[in-house]
Order: sequence, then C-alpha cells, then structure tokens
Amino acid sequence: MNAISATTFIASKKLTLSDPDWVRYALIALTLGIIGLFLVLPLLTVLIEAFAKGWTAYSASLTHPDALAAMRLTLLVAVVTVPLTTVFGVSAAWAIARFDFRGKSLLITLIDLPFSVSPVIAGLVYVLIFGAQGWLGLWFSGHDIKIIFAVPGIILATLFVTFPFVARELIPLMQEIGHEEEEAALSLGASGWQTFFKVTMPNVKWGLLNGVLLCNARAMGEFGAVSVVSGHIRGLTNTLPLHVEVSYNEYDFVGSFAGASVLAALAVVTLVVKTVLEWKRNQDKRLKVKG
Amino acid sequence: MSISVNHISKHFGAFTALDNISLEIPEGELVALLGPSGCGKTTLLRIIAGLEQADQGDIFLKGDKVTDKPVKNRQIGFVFQHYALFRHMTVFDNVAFGLKVKPRRDRLSDADIAKKVHALLELVQLDWLHDRYPDQLSGGQRQRIALARALAVEPSVLLLDEPFGALDASVRKDLRQWLRNLHHDLNVTSIFVTHDQEEAMEVASQVVVLNHGRIEQQGAPGDIYDHPANAFVSRFIGQTNVFDLDEHDADWLQTAGLLTAQQKGKIAHVRPHDIVIEKSTADSDAFVTLKDWQHLGSLIRIELVKSGAAGQAASVYAEMPNDQFRRLHLNRGDKVELRIRHAHWFH
Repeated sequence: MNAISATTFIASKKLTLSDPDWVRYALIALTLGIIGLFLVLPLLTVLIEAFAKGWTAYSASLTHPDALAAMRLTLLVAVVTVPLTTVFGVSAAWAIARFDFRGKSLLITLIDLPFSVSPVIAGLVYVLIFGAQGWLGLWFSGHDIKIIFAVPGIILATLFVTFPFVARELIPLMQEIGHEEEEAALSLGASGWQTFFKVTMPNVKWGLLNGVLLCNARAMGEFGAVSVVSGHIRGLTNTLPLHVEVSYNEYDFVGSFAGASVLAALAVVTLVVKTVLEWKRNQDKRLKVKG
Repeated sequence: MSISVNHISKHFGAFTALDNISLEIPEGELVALLGPSGCGKTTLLRIIAGLEQADQGDIFLKGDKVTDKPVKNRQIGFVFQHYALFRHMTVFDNVAFGLKVKPRRDRLSDADIAKKVHALLELVQLDWLHDRYPDQLSGGQRQRIALARALAVEPSVLLLDEPFGALDASVRKDLRQWLRNLHHDLNVTSIFVTHDQEEAMEVASQVVVLNHGRIEQQGAPGDIYDHPANAFVSRFIGQTNVFDLDEHDADWLQTAGLLTAQQKGKIAHVRPHDIVIEKSTADSDAFVTLKDWQHLGSLIRIELVKSGAAGQAASVYAEMPNDQFRRLHLNRGDKVELRIRHAHWFH
C-alpha cells in the first residue's frame, strides 16, 4: 500500500518536473542543427575539397616534401611540449594541492593566463624577448642561437599556450583526493618515489591522461602563437596548421584541405580516445563498486 | 620507555597547538590522548609519527632519538581517522603494501607476503574480503583493514587517530572491545586519540588528558575519574555538578551535609552518584524539587531544581540505580532532601 502510493507519488512528481515534449524536441533539434551547421558541415567541406581532384592529387599533396616537413615539425613540437607540460602540470598541481604558501591563489591565476591571453600576444611577447631587437635576442644571436623564426621559438610558443592543460585537470582532482593516502604510504615505509608511482599516480591517472590528450591536441593544432614566431619558412618552420594557411593563400586548395583533413582526423582520433578513456574510467569505478 | 616525548612545542602561526609537552609511555600500554577538539592531541600524535615536525623538543621511540627521522624510518604503524586505504588496490594489496615496498634485501618472498597478509586478515576476521576494493567495505571493515595494514610492517608502536570517530554508535562499541582484546593479544605499545571520554575510559590502560596544548593529567582511567587533578579534568571526565561557594551555595551545602568547615576550596565538584536524595516530610522546608528523570539503562538520572536564597533556580543532577529510585516513590514536583556524600574541591 505504502510502496504503491510512493511510486505514484514519484511518477507524478516526475511528470510535473519534466518539460513538455515540444521543448525537448525543439532543444534537441536546435543542438543538432548547430552542430550540423558549424561542425559537421565544415568537416565534410574539408573532405570534399581535399578530394576535389581525386585520390592521386590528395596523396600527392600530402607526400609533398613541404607537407611532410610540416607534419614532422608538428610531431616534433608535440613530442617536446607534451612531456614538458606534463611534468610542469604534475609539479604545479602537487605544489598547489599539497602545500600552503603565500601567493598560492596568484599562482593559480597565472597558470590560467594562457587561457585568457590571445595566443597572438603570446607569440609577440616571445618575439619581443627573443627577437633580433629583443632583450635576450642580442645575447642569443651573439652565440649563434636562433630562437625566433626557428624551431625553438615554435616550441616555446606552443609551451606557453599548452601549459595549463595538465595542471588544470590535476589541481581539483588532487585537492579532492587529499593527502592521507600518501601519508599512509610513507608511514608504511614507502619512499617518496614509491608513494608517487604506487599511490598518487594511480589515483590521478585518468585525469592525467585526459589532460595529456587535450594538451597534445592543442600542441598539434596551435596556430596563432606559432604563426607569429614561425616566419613561415617552407619545409623548415611551417607546422601543419601553418602549412594549411600558406597553401590556401597560394591557391593550392587541394594541398590546403589535405593538410586540414589530417588535422581533422587528429581531432576525431582525440575524441575517440577521450571517449574510450572516459568509458574505461567509469568501468574502473563500476568494477570496484560491484566487485 | 617505549615512547618518550620531551618538551615538545608546536605553533601554527599565532596559535599554540602544543606547549612544552613531556610524556613517558611504558612498553605495552594502550594510551588514550583525550581532550576537546583543538587541544592538540592529533598534532601530538602526528609529531610522534613524524607526519608533522615539532618546533621544539625531541621524540624517542624505544630509546632511539627519532626527532629528525622521516616517518618511513620510524617503524610506526599509523591508522588514519578516515582510514586512508588505497582506493585503487584490493584489500589484499592494501595490507601487502608495506611488505612490498621494502628494499629487495629485506623483502619477503611473494609466497611469504601472501601468507602473512592472509594471517593478518584472519586476525582482523576479514580474510573473506581479500579481493574487494575499499569502496565495497563498511566503515568498521575499513577500519579493521587499516589496522591490519598498519600491523603488517610489525611496528614498534601503533598510533591511531580517532579510530572510532567515523563509525556508527553500535559498531563503535563492538570495535572498542575488539581493539582492547587485540591489544591484549599483540601487546604492542599503542596510542589513540579521542575526544570521547567514555571511549578513553573504556579502552585505554592509561589516559592522558590534554587541553589548550598542555597535559592536564595522566593516569589510569580509575585514578583520573576518582582523583581529578583540576576542575577541567573533573568536568571533562564524567558528569559533575559544580557548586560555587561564593555564590549563595554555602548555606545549603551545609544542610546537604557538605560542611563548610571541611571545605578545601571555593568550588565543589560533586559527581551525580555522590548525591543521595530522600523524599521530604510534609512539613519540611526543603528547597529542592524533583523536576524530571531519564533512564540510562541500569541507572536513573534525576534532574533536581534547587531554588536559592535569592530566588534563582539551578539544576542539580543525581544518579541512582533503577530499583532504588522506584522504592522512593517520587513524582515530578515532589520536594526532596538532598545529601552530598563526597565532593572534589578546587580553587
């Protein structure tokens, strides 16, 4: 008797709480429409344009030495920046989540700076510092080290725009998990490194992977900051996004869209990996609860 | 001495958490650090463990000065208030952790580790849960796993931070008894922190009462209860009625049998069971009335109201066995005669 009235109560409550059908369908249609118009359609255009002159033209423009050099440079930039950003992110998150110190909130704000500053400004700042007329530029050129309009500058600019990704992901996670498990590990005789690898890392690994993934996507896709410091030297300082722009400006539409298709494929792969990560993470949780 | 604390002080900014604390704990004792929240008891425990550094003073474990040793070299077992089990490891791996992180030359073989872990899980009666994750355990089970994990490294001292703090009342009662028995079997010197005086009295062989970063009294539970060193301890341990002789209490305390000639101070603390009441005769000019009573199991707690000379009322609590109370045939509002058998005097 009680149970029945309780269920009817819940059912009626659900009914009054849910929105009318037309609201639901309108919102779904709107969302799908926007996604279709602004995300799917451009992606399709990229593919159509890339294959406009057939498969041979497509593969030829992707295997062109300049395109290959752009891809190699993009990979190099990612391979250098992602580990550096990861190390920085883990240490910053550790410092912020574990210690109390003066200026901590300022540090958190500073970590967010690259998110709020236009990447072009970031690039310009590096030109001002390391450029031929810059503060440190003279010293570096005196020692025959080229930073601006060379690979080091591209890596520096990419580092600037990517460095919040891992830290941002880890700080709230580590704050939530707290310090007790690590103290427990130490009290059981574990060394600092053992504690880090056997206790801290497993607890934050999904968040860390997520951060690394997003960081990688940004490192490979960054345009603004890199564009300022690169100098667009074909085959030398063009990353894949820059290659897309340069080709387009020279009316090489197939070459441009072929490059764009590679970047789009990268985005899709990133999304798939992210989804798999999330699925794994949830399964991990379910496994522990269900046994 | 198994644990020596020598002149330990600790400040957090302007706040003094521990003020020149010295403490000796003999081998095999089960000691309660008891005090209200903020008294420094957890800080003291963490300093003994090495999880916190003292500003001044030294810690000795089994005669070894460990003040500058990191926690991992102190040979202690620490049980955290919220257990701090490794959430991504099974119960088995949690207990095995301390054995597996040892340097290779001190480490047991995998088979020996497994044997030892299962023995410890048997000891805490939870071997059947060995492949579960902490999320799947109840609070009491987690607590026992945390204890097994701490015992795995064969600590020379066992430190427990509010071991029953996060548990249901009924589970807590069972675990207290269980911990006492376990300590009896293992005989490892143990300190636990608690703010619950009943828990401290029930479990510990020695109680250290802390307040405002200082030790107020140290002794066996019975001694502390029967001979409180000061007003704070008397009030904190057990129930007590406080009578201030300067405030109109002198007269009636005399009629209650607590002669002012015997007084050894200005303030009298009287335990509820040291108050005897009787129904007064009809023509008595008694000024104490029975307001209400509550059943505390075998005892009855009686709330009395005493109206003073100036007309102000104050509550007095008395306790007596059930059957004795029934024989008095008292009703709410009855006037009663009150006699005090014993008091502690403080200045």
